[in-house]
Amino acid sequence: MGLDIRWPIGIMFSLLGALLLIFGAATSSDTEMYRHSLGININVIWGVLLLLFGGAMLLGAILGRKQPPKS
Amino acid sequence: MQPIHLAWVDYSILLAYTVFVIGIGFALRRYMKTSADFFLSGRSIPAWVTGLAFMAANLGALELVGMSASGAKYGIATAHFYWVGAIPAMVFLAVFMMPFYYGSKARSVPEYLKLRFDERVRCLNSLTFAVMTVFASGISMNALAKLLHLLLGWNYHASLWICSAVVLVYVLKGGLTSAIYTEVLQFFMIVLGFAPVVFLGLKDMGGWDAVKGKLVDVAHHPAAFYLNDKTFQSDAWTSAWKPLLGGPSANPMGVDVFAIVFGLGFVLSFGYWCTNFLVVQRAMAAKDMTAARRTPLIAAIPKMIFPVLVILPGIIAISLAASPNKDYRLPLRSIMPGAYAPALADIKAANPGQIDAALAAVSKDIDLKVDKTKFSALVADVNAKAMTEDQIKERLQDTVAENDYDSIILSLVKRYCPSGLLGLALTALLASFMSGMAGNVTAFNTVWTYDLYQAYLAPNRTDRHYFLMGQSITVVGILLSIACAYFASHYSNAMDIVQLVFGFVNAPLFATFLLGMFWARATGTGAFLGLLGGTATSAIFHALTIASGNHPGIKGGYLWVAQTFPSEMAQNFWLATFAFTVCFVLTLVISLVTSRTKSDEELKGLVYSMTPKLKDGDQPWLLRPAVLGTLLLIGCVILNVIFW
Repeated sequence: MGLDIRWPIGIMFSLLGALLLIFGAATSSDTEMYRHSLGININVIWGVLLLLFGGAMLLGAILGRKQPPKS
Repeated sequence: MQPIHLAWVDYSILLAYTVFVIGIGFALRRYMKTSADFFLSGRSIPAWVTGLAFMAANLGALELVGMSASGAKYGIATAHFYWVGAIPAMVFLAVFMMPFYYGSKARSVPEYLKLRFDERVRCLNSLTFAVMTVFASGISMNALAKLLHLLLGWNYHASLWICSAVVLVYVLKGGLTSAIYTEVLQFFMIVLGFAPVVFLGLKDMGGWDAVKGKLVDVAHHPAAFYLNDKTFQSDAWTSAWKPLLGGPSANPMGVDVFAIVFGLGFVLSFGYWCTNFLVVQRAMAAKDMTAARRTPLIAAIPKMIFPVLVILPGIIAISLAASPNKDYRLPLRSIMPGAYAPALADIKAANPGQIDAALAAVSKDIDLKVDKTKFSALVADVNAKAMTEDQIKERLQDTVAENDYDSIILSLVKRYCPSGLLGLALTALLASFMSGMAGNVTAFNTVWTYDLYQAYLAPNRTDRHYFLMGQSITVVGILLSIACAYFASHYSNAMDIVQLVFGFVNAPLFATFLLGMFWARATGTGAFLGLLGGTATSAIFHALTIASGNHPGIKGGYLWVAQTFPSEMAQNFWLATFAFTVCFVLTLVISLVTSRTKSDEELKGLVYSMTPKLKDGDQPWLLRPAVLGTLLLIGCVILNVIFW
């Protein structure tokens, strides 16, 4: 099929990662909320991880595009 | 359970996910030109994509919720559903069976049965399969809508219709490709959404060794957590095999090694993974034979490590419950609102001197087990001081002595997720239900259109006609699923019967495929009567046996109790074993006394001995299915040894 699934996966997880990272950074002083996650700002950590995953998918999609299309 | 409050960031994550799955459907719309594009993805998808979809299509079937429940109930032995009950069958499918499914150019599993045997076998298989997929997606959507209602306070009807509408839109626009693509997206969503919950749970407990230490206490006193009335050896929750060697009474599953290895590992597992079109359809959509055979093998890699994500949460939950300083209890089953009035009357009338009689009466009122110590205290307090009705209700709910295992995963999400992560985890949960529904609907529309509509109702129409039929039946399939969801929410007992009947049909199925693919002499009449006989055996077996603790009725033994099993799981594994054996022997014997209707030439590509062997020589050595499969099996053995 003409659509490389790595594009939507990459874009979506990059977006979600950025969202979590920004939200986590903005709420980092909210110790009450992060009592849930044992005092760890899990939003920042997981946001970075999602960004890395999304970026890796996008990288794969970009590299895949340069190859001649396989039959 | 108090509804959870979601912040804007949580809603944004949910919304982004919904936009992306619908977007994928619309992006694929322009590639949907023929019925083959819609139903088979034009056989054009790379193996890693079909592999992950193969895994995710099966994930929806209440796996996240059900496996964490079993993790708490049975401990590490739950992993047998993966390492014994899935991986070997997936390897077998890839190495031995996929060449016939893919190579025969059959468009569905029932169509393979028609090519190999005759119309009767196809008709039987496609009818039961079509009904089963609709019920399966209905049950799953009912569970989802109930969960959203309980967890977030959303309206049941709105949740049901909106979630179904999302699935409808993307399946309608992009067909099987859309379902497969979104399944891959959902797969990553599920992994990345639940991994942090497991991580935080493990960290909270102080690591795996601390969890194992607590499980020893659990094994010695499971009754303290309302898990089991018996006591077990220290390793009952922490070892996968050792407790099984001691026989059914030595492990919380109540099964022995034979039932696990033959009943689960061979009959049920091969019957599901190797014959169920829901998963096989993903492999059939692969771009070529090599990709089709790699599909189950690629799926087996995440499948092997998935217990970390789905079983471990249940194990963490029970170890938290066993740690008094963690302030965590397994969720208890809720008392139905209508049951309070008679229960309250019985409590007020209770005589503290005859506590057992009062307890029995209240337990009957609320239809749940009651903790005697807590109940005595409640009756004493009601007699000693004036308590409001709400106070009594609250205390009564606290005396319930039955766990709501299905809520365990949510109780952990609630415990560990701050806003942000909460949205991600909930989206992952939603994704798992949606991928299950989409998987069932795409399998349903294909079987309906090719195996029922084209075969019996309207043959020889244009491709455009079947393409449009596929789109219309997708709408019908979703509407039927919604109807089944309502049915399940109103008549949960009737639903148990429906699932029971499907269990009867599925149990013998693998015998038919095994003989069909590897024995050219097997005839259509043999296969058809063998299947019917196997199904009848299941039903009779069920009517004559029961699990200890159950009353004769829907749980079995309603004709006569000839055998009592230590647990329902054991009853189920033995039922499958009997049904398989009868189907196998019947097919064998009847085939020998009936004459073959298919010539050797017709069986080419359908039966092992009539088909030229595939040459894997041109593939890199490491990627050949046999090599990859062997490596996976070795990995599986290593895991079993580690958790021995």
